[in-house]
Amino acid sequence: MNNNKKSLKKSISVGLAVALGLIIFAYAFQVTDVDFGTTRDEIRQTSLTRVLRALAHPDLVEYETNELNVEIPFYLPCPDGETPAMPEAATDAPYLTASAICGEADELIIIEGFNMPAYSQGPLNFITISSVKKQLDNFQADADGYFINEIEVPNRQPVAEAQAIRATVRTNVGSPMWSDNAIATWEKIIETIFIALLATTIGTLIAIPTSFIAARNLMVENTSPLTSVAFSIIGWLIGMWFGSQITKWLMRLFDPVYENLLFTFIGAALSFGLLYALLRGSISAKAVESTNSGKEIFTTLGIAISGISFLILFGASFRAIGAAMIEPLGIFGFLANFVFQLGEIIVMLTPAIIAIFIGAFVGSMLSKIGQRISDNMPAAQVKLINIILALLAGAAIFALFGAGVEWFYQIGNPVRTLYIPAAVGAGLGLILAITTTAKNPLPTGLIIYTITRTFLNGTRSVEPLVMAIIAVIWVGIGPFAGSLALALHTVAALAKLYSEQVESISAGPIEAVQATGANQLQTIVYAVVPQIIPPYISFTMYRWDINVRMSTIIGFVGGGGIGFLLSQNINLLDYRAASAQMLAIAVVVASMDYISSVIREKFV
Amino acid sequence: MLEIKNLSKKYEGGPLALDDVSFNIPQGEFLAVIGLSGSGKSTLLRCINRLIEPTAGDIIWNDINVTKASDDELLTIRRKIGMVFQHFNLVNRSSVLTNVLSGRLGYVNPAMSFFNKFPQSDIDNAHKELERVGIAEKAHQRADELSGGQQQRVGIARAMMQNPAIILADEPVASLDPVLAHSIMQHLEKINKEQGVTILCSLHFLDLVHKYADRAIALNDGKLMFDGPPAEIDDEKFREIYGKEAERVG
Repeated sequence: MNNNKKSLKKSISVGLAVALGLIIFAYAFQVTDVDFGTTRDEIRQTSLTRVLRALAHPDLVEYETNELNVEIPFYLPCPDGETPAMPEAATDAPYLTASAICGEADELIIIEGFNMPAYSQGPLNFITISSVKKQLDNFQADADGYFINEIEVPNRQPVAEAQAIRATVRTNVGSPMWSDNAIATWEKIIETIFIALLATTIGTLIAIPTSFIAARNLMVENTSPLTSVAFSIIGWLIGMWFGSQITKWLMRLFDPVYENLLFTFIGAALSFGLLYALLRGSISAKAVESTNSGKEIFTTLGIAISGISFLILFGASFRAIGAAMIEPLGIFGFLANFVFQLGEIIVMLTPAIIAIFIGAFVGSMLSKIGQRISDNMPAAQVKLINIILALLAGAAIFALFGAGVEWFYQIGNPVRTLYIPAAVGAGLGLILAITTTAKNPLPTGLIIYTITRTFLNGTRSVEPLVMAIIAVIWVGIGPFAGSLALALHTVAALAKLYSEQVESISAGPIEAVQATGANQLQTIVYAVVPQIIPPYISFTMYRWDINVRMSTIIGFVGGGGIGFLLSQNINLLDYRAASAQMLAIAVVVASMDYISSVIREKFV
Repeated sequence: MLEIKNLSKKYEGGPLALDDVSFNIPQGEFLAVIGLSGSGKSTLLRCINRLIEPTAGDIIWNDINVTKASDDELLTIRRKIGMVFQHFNLVNRSSVLTNVLSGRLGYVNPAMSFFNKFPQSDIDNAHKELERVGIAEKAHQRADELSGGQQQRVGIARAMMQNPAIILADEPVASLDPVLAHSIMQHLEKINKEQGVTILCSLHFLDLVHKYADRAIALNDGKLMFDGPPAEIDDEKFREIYGKEAERVG
């Protein structure tokens, strides 16, 4: 009996589940407006047929045409007195006959054509004396070149002279030529491929270093006590501020140098030489146990200043060379423009790079001091120092956060965007300093990892189409906007994929390289990078493939590339032209797919 | 002189991997570390160059406290301690030469090493070390094209590039056949005898211990069970170290 009950229960629950499923699908039909009646509607079917046929005839080629015009005079209205005679026609040449060669507007007349080219077709036009055309109908000749059409006399100004009804046959002559649409499609598909190339390159360059920060196995070992963390945060902030000030000052200092191309070159070469010599010279700093700290500081300062000068002058000389060469290079001016734009990028990024470098430098210096304090002082004193530092660091971070809020929302009230956040930050810092045991290491690596991952996930979830809209506002409609949007999305997507590859590498070589006394950067270069090259190449190719597909639609919102053309033609209802673009996209995507799989096979 | 004092290591959520281990190694000794798998041999070796952070205790090496060293100091300590691994731990896709040169990373200028630039003297030395282990002609092959025995020789050459005072060998012959095992052990012995490099070598086979080691220590469940010359390991000691059911092989 028990068994029976169980199976009854089971069949009821299955029945309910099925019923629920049906209800869900029924609702889905309603929500999505499913209406199969419309698919049988005759008007819609005709339009569908028309569009499908247009799509099947991509607008790619055109011909030179020969026009054959066959006319019959026509009087509108009939002249007074005698009716004009039907013109005599040679029986072997094409000619037209009409049921009447004069008449009033709206009168119906039958036109017959003889000896037309077999199966030819074309328009039947009414030609006024000033040669203005009015299409009356289309004719379609049979195998003997005969056609018959009934037309309506058009409502035109009455004149005494003969006007005409004309049948026109256009025949293609010569070899086919690419149509204007095909040429435009070609230009835009090339643009599309290069958008994808640029976006992938820029994205990859940024994604590679990011992926190391977003890899758990590389970050989890980084722990440091609160003293060191707080010191490091304060150091970063001071260093970045200081770096941006130095850059501004140096850029102003170099202003007169820019004016002279030669000085810029010499400056760039000199600063590079100095930088190289100092870097070479600092070899001994690590090899010799007891280092002269005065000399070390001097060297470091020298490296910093020559490095900054080099960056600034390097960018400036690129810009100068580029600008000077655009004209003389003529058709290869794009190469000079490339150099110029590279210079622009360097000049634009210089303050940021320098601020980050000096920030990192001061941050790590202070962090070392913090580590030493934490290691060598008694716990109670460390705790006190922690409290003060965490207070300061928390306040500084939250004040910066408040500045961000102020920029977005323009509250304009320093109490709410500066003082309160600073106070909250100080409070949180205080709580952290009090609750953590003074010398315990905090998982700083994991925190940075989590923040990076969150940022990447957030960026990745924004569609490139949306990013393109914002980029279009920033840099205007065109392929540059599309490249920027795709590059940003590429960074987010690739950094995640890359970091997962880093997480799956074998730990043995890392351990071995660490055991030789290599620092973290050296460990990455010698133990991590060789292991990840094949998957990185594979993912980069895959991403290029995706970017080609993405850049075909990014034009819909003004991001350049073939999508721009495609959306235009669809809006103009020019389906034959749109079909050419779809064909181009299909060819490019398919060949990309093939090429990338070949390259991937080679490397992996 | 390397002194290990009351060294303990507890993995998070795990048992004590090392339990209050103390012993000394004079410079130039060949010390074998024996014990069952999981007895803490690898943990002990890795604690000495702090690839694994010990939980408690001190490691004093020539009056430098390794356990208290800052991150920067640790790098200069590590570069004098070579390490050889059971699974060789070479970077497979890099050339043999690059693998050997990576032993110099603790010495060279970090900025130059970033671009794979090593001083010519280091490159010459790398070739010499490869010659010494008998695979000079393999320098430009990829590391994973070499056989197991050859890979371990590259591992030794890499360790020797550090100009080490100590070599930690973590079961260096466990994945090799007996003939190769002896050849690798002979290389280590030569380094020990000719250059006075201290060698700490964990081993599985007692005949290897008898043949090569000056002294042996034994671990069981993280505890030091034995410390003395290998000849003193008789059947009774053996059972104490390896458990009651164990039988001697080899």
